[in-house]
Amino acid sequence: MERTLFLAQRISAIILGPLVLVHLGLILFAVRNGLSGAEILSRTQGSISWSVFYGLFVLSITVHAPIGLRNILQEWTRVSQRTINIIALLFALIFLALGLRAVVAIV
Amino acid sequence: MNKIQRETQELTVRIWRGKEDGKLVTYQVMSRENQTILDIITEIQRFHEPSLAYRFSCRVGVCGSCAMTVNGRPRWTCRTHVKKVSDEGILTIEPLRNLPRIKDLVCDLAPFIDTWQRAGAPFSGTKTRKDAPALVDPNSSTRRAAEAGLQCINCAVCYSACDVVNWNRNYIGPAGLNRAWTLVNDVRHSNRKQTFDQAFGKGGCGSCHSHGNCTRHCPIELNPSESIAGLKQIAFKGLPKDV
Repeated sequence: MERTLFLAQRISAIILGPLVLVHLGLILFAVRNGLSGAEILSRTQGSISWSVFYGLFVLSITVHAPIGLRNILQEWTRVSQRTINIIALLFALIFLALGLRAVVAIV
Repeated sequence: MNKIQRETQELTVRIWRGKEDGKLVTYQVMSRENQTILDIITEIQRFHEPSLAYRFSCRVGVCGSCAMTVNGRPRWTCRTHVKKVSDEGILTIEPLRNLPRIKDLVCDLAPFIDTWQRAGAPFSGTKTRKDAPALVDPNSSTRRAAEAGLQCINCAVCYSACDVVNWNRNYIGPAGLNRAWTLVNDVRHSNRKQTFDQAFGKGGCGSCHSHGNCTRHCPIELNPSESIAGLKQIAFKGLPKDV
């Protein structure tokens, strides 16, 4: 289990690296005319490639961030392992739900 | 400064007395041309404080018994010269960090020794006494990797220096994982996979933050950080092949 999570976090980090760079570049590009929902949707809506890009982004974060959160809770709190696993899983579900909702909106 | 002047100077030595709820007690000791921290502690025990408890054995850096915290850093006291670590004539000597205190400068090493077992440390051979000794090529990659970590003297300096151990007592720590690394590279060991699985289990090498305090403080200049990094790489690449 620990080894699987270790590998999952590293592999998701490898995927996230370039995605984050593109995402940051996109933000700089996108805010030229002010940042509004309508402005963003006018550029992204209907784009399959951006949907795939952010879909992969969301899935990677869903794997990566909760494992990191689990490690932090293990190291810095005295909460039981079972509770920590549940908290990490809940965060994963929240990231997945919020992220996919946003991705669906731009399709 | 001539020799007579130096011998008339005094060192201020603050030593931890008691258990967890103890306190630092100050002693004045003559400063000499050539003395180690262990020399100082022995002098205090013999001439100032007969009830002072501390551990030592070989006095020459082989046995790993005399490690303590000196001016905030874990060190082997028998090979640490006062001149090297004295802070303007003041020495503060405490027991090792991250281990339960028994009395004065003596720690209970059981939790540290236990980590060796948890890291899958027991060697399990594949041959019997009737077989010929295994032939191990000293130039093979596995043997060279094992060789780099083999000389550990179990002094617990790395365990004491490690911040991850400090905040997570379930973490196996550098010495145990370094031992696991030597075993997964030992072609004579029958349980290499099991050793690796244990070293990568709960509190295993995945918990290491690569701070490098173990490597920085190891008195015999081993590199447990590299051993732990090697274990992490096995998760991706599989057990090392003997080439």
